[in-house]
Formats: sequence, C-alpha cells, structure tokens
Amino acid sequence: MNAATSLKTVVGSAASTAPFDLVRIRADFPILEITVNGKPLAYLDNAASAQMPQPVLDRLVQYQTREHANIHRAVHYLSETATAAYEGARRKIQRFLNAREEREVIYTRGTTDAINLVMHGYGRAFLGKDDEIIVSQLEHHSNIVPWQLLCEQTGARLRVAAINDAGEVELEQYSALLSPRTKIVAIGHVSNALGTINPIGEMIERAHGAGAVVLVDGAQAVPHFAVDVQSLDCDFYAFSSHKMFGPTGVGVLYGRPSLLDAMPPYQGGGDMIASVTFERTEYNVVPYKFEAGTPNIAGVAGFGAAIDYLSSIDRRGALAHEDDVLAYATERVSEIPNATIFGNARHKTGVLSFVLEGVHPHDAGTILDSEGVAVRTGQHCAQPIMDRFGITATIRASLAIYNTRDEIDVLVRALERVRGVFA
Amino acid sequence: MSDLSDLYQEVILDHNRRPRNFRALESATHRAEGYNPLCGDRLNLYVQVDGDVITDVAFQGTGCAISKASASLMTDAVKGHTVGEARELFERFHHVVTTPPDQPVEDLGKLSVLAGVREFPVRVKCASLAWHTLKAALAREQRASTE
Repeated sequence: MNAATSLKTVVGSAASTAPFDLVRIRADFPILEITVNGKPLAYLDNAASAQMPQPVLDRLVQYQTREHANIHRAVHYLSETATAAYEGARRKIQRFLNAREEREVIYTRGTTDAINLVMHGYGRAFLGKDDEIIVSQLEHHSNIVPWQLLCEQTGARLRVAAINDAGEVELEQYSALLSPRTKIVAIGHVSNALGTINPIGEMIERAHGAGAVVLVDGAQAVPHFAVDVQSLDCDFYAFSSHKMFGPTGVGVLYGRPSLLDAMPPYQGGGDMIASVTFERTEYNVVPYKFEAGTPNIAGVAGFGAAIDYLSSIDRRGALAHEDDVLAYATERVSEIPNATIFGNARHKTGVLSFVLEGVHPHDAGTILDSEGVAVRTGQHCAQPIMDRFGITATIRASLAIYNTRDEIDVLVRALERVRGVFA
Repeated sequence: MSDLSDLYQEVILDHNRRPRNFRALESATHRAEGYNPLCGDRLNLYVQVDGDVITDVAFQGTGCAISKASASLMTDAVKGHTVGEARELFERFHHVVTTPPDQPVEDLGKLSVLAGVREFPVRVKCASLAWHTLKAALAREQRASTE
C-alpha cells in the first residue's frame, strides 16, 4: 500500500547525495534528544508541525545576529544582506518546485494565508453568482472555510467530491461535478487526517478540461516527496515551511504568472506598490504585488535553509524509510484487538489515524503523553471526515523522515497501557 | 511531573463506564448544549426546576472520560439542591480545577477526584464543560462553550 508509486513524483537523488542514513538524520534534529515526563520523546505529530534540523536553527541565529535589516528598502549593507537572504530563498523554492520563474513564488504566512490569497485575489475578482467551487470531503478546514466565505460574498456555490470507505476521492463522482460552471477546484495533495495521496494529476487534467483553475493544498505533500508544479500543471500550489522542517509563520503560494498578473492585490501597504499619490496608486509587479508590509524575513531565511536541507538528503530513500515505518505502524496497530484504522487508501503517506473502542482519543492522548509519545487527538481540523465515518475524533500518529520502528513499538506499548487503564 | 493515577482515579473510570443520570429528560424546564470545539465533545444537559429546587438533572452526549465523569458527578451533586446552591457550587468547583496544583484547595467531597486535572492544563476544559453547560441552562442560554 505504501510503496513509492507513480503518483509520487519523486525526483531521483543527485549523484552527490549520500544514501539515506536514519542515524545521521536523527542526529540533525536536537529536539529528538529531549525527554518528556522522564521518557525519551517519540514525536509522532509531524502533520501538525515538523521539527527543525540544526542547519535551520543555525541559519535563524546567523540571520538574527549578523544579517538583519528590512528588505527592499535601504542602500546599506545589512539591508542588502537581508534582501539577498530573502530573494535567495525564493530562488531555492523556485528550483525546489521546478517552477519556471522566481516571480511565480509568493511568500505568505503559511498555507492558510496562501489559500486566502487565492480566495481574495482570484475568487472575489473572477467568480460570480451560480459559479461553482469544488472541494473534496478530505479537505482541511483551511481549504473549506475560505471558499464558504467566497460563496457568501459572491453567490457562488460549493460542491463536494465524496470519498469512499477507504478515504479516497471518488473520481467518477468528482468528474460528474465538473461543468462549465466550475471555476475553481481546490484539492489537497495529501490528506492531513487520513494520509490519502489524491490522484491530483488526473484531477487537474479533468478540471482543466472543464475550464476551471486548480489550487492544490500541498501542506502535507512537500515534507514527504518532491513536487514538480510544471508536470502537475496546477494553477496554484500552497504549502507551509513549518511542515517541512522550517520555521512557523512563513509559507508559499506558487501561481501561474498569467493568473497572478490578472489578480488584484491581496493586501495594501508598503513594498506592494510602484508609486503612491492620493489620486492614483500603481501596484508593484508580481510577486511583490502580493507581499505587502515587512514580511517574516528571518522565517524566510530559515525556510531557505530547510529547502537546502531537504535538497541535501536522499529523498527517495527517506520516502522508502517513511513508507516502511508507516507499514510497520499499520501492522502493529491493526493487531491491537479494539483498534480501528480510518484511511486505508491504496496510496497514502505519513499518517495513521485510528480509534480504540471504548476509549476517547483525548484520554488516550494524555496517557500516551505520560509515556513520552506525542500524537494528535481530535478532529484534525477536518470535521467533515469525522462526520463521514461517524466518529467524533481519532488518534493520529503522523510521521517524518526521522521516525523509527522503535518509536512505533513505544507507541504500541503505550497504547497497551491505555487499554489497561480503561479495561 | 504529573501523575497519571491522579487523573484516572477509580471513581472517574467508574463514572465514565456507568455514567449516572445519563438519559434525556423530556419534562426539563431548563436545557442547554455544551460544546468543546477543541475535541468536538458535545453534551446535552436537562434540568428540572420546581420552585427554586433542582428536582432532576440528566445529560446525554459524547465525550472523554474526564468530561463524562465530571457531568455524571455533577448531576449527583446538584440534584435536590437549590438553583442558588448549584451556582455557588459551580464557582467553588471552578476555583478548585483552575487553582495551580501546588496550592491547597477546599475539599469538595466526591467532586474532588477531578482536582487531578490541575496537573493537566489542557484537560481542565474537559472537567468544566458540564458545569459551564449547567450555568448556561440555569441562565436559560441555549449553548455553552468552553471557548
């Protein structure tokens, strides 16, 4: 089920990259050495936020101690240094996504902000009454609520592509929703609650056939496998730094330049203008048109270091390792008598969502924490998925490149303790 | 370090397994729905007030062991008491579960088993959901939230 598949556009490791080495990778993440409640930390909440490796932490300190000033402003040394860090990271991200041009990379506060940018900049400008927006039943609230706001403001309608019992989007039902009314398809690349990898290449092609633009929420995809926006042919791709080993508070919207040029600004302020008078203001060019105000420069510098870090490791080997740990976790949790796993898609990555009969996930979460195991318990900002399966919450173990089979054993032993308390 | 056995005491596990007054109360004069958006827990509370006395109280809903046990213990604690006494008990209970764990708190009898949540700050809302819902029901508000 988890083997690297054609759906994952894994780019081969560069010749200079050493084969994936779990011990060396773990040594790069200092937080993995801490103890929690006297137990070694088993961090299995990576879908919420991943940890930062030493090179990212070093980059943040270096920037803050020796390079900081405001960007795109002054002619002095530090302003030039900060601007170089900021724009240098944009180049790294462009290459990371295989985007054609740097201006296709817009900095945001994160995935949510990126989706809201498209909602405001594209949705409010180009959608009207009776136009339709399609999302899937798998979406995170951040890829549902902005579109509901857009519907309230424009009279457009939200349509929902259903999922099957395995947690996969029903492609034929999705295709049946597509029509000339469809203006936006907003779809997650990987489900944060179930780990399903959607066949977005196929979904994008069908959406384009209907004349719709496609936004992909890639927050849960970029930490696991390489993404190529040209081969996907998506119109927008949104993701966050902090899910891929960078700092919080910064993310990216990739956009097709013809759309970005046509879109009005998202927010008004400094840096997004070319000239301002009280009679008339001319906007700056893309991407600066969408980057009003002083941004999270330090976050961007750290984000650039996270891109460098991911580019320096054997990503194909890392994915194979993650798939192995997920398969092992799936097998071990399946053996627990009162456990039920939700999300059994043929193609999935990084997430194991389950419940223990007779135990509320929050109680399990507290007991797991006492054993040093960090998981997420609750609805995972995806209440429609919980409703789909008739549950109120799950226990979610979510993986990153540094997790181990040993940590899964610790999880399973802690789950036995949970069962003991509630026996 | 917080001790798990302070939280999951036998009394709590018992009230989780066999919640008291776990039913709908069609004749209720006051009712409210409690909701914890953090975990999705929902609680419907039914209160029968005759004159100034709470003659019956019942609840239904889904929730973790802490919230279910707290609701169950609360129904036992307020039944037969006046509305004013129930409101006063809300204040005393709220004080107990929100006082830092290193400070002494008054003994609330059976309700004191929930004082263990003080060691687990994120779980305080679980213990107080039913009480906020009771307060809302008595104030004739339709909904209570821990947010």
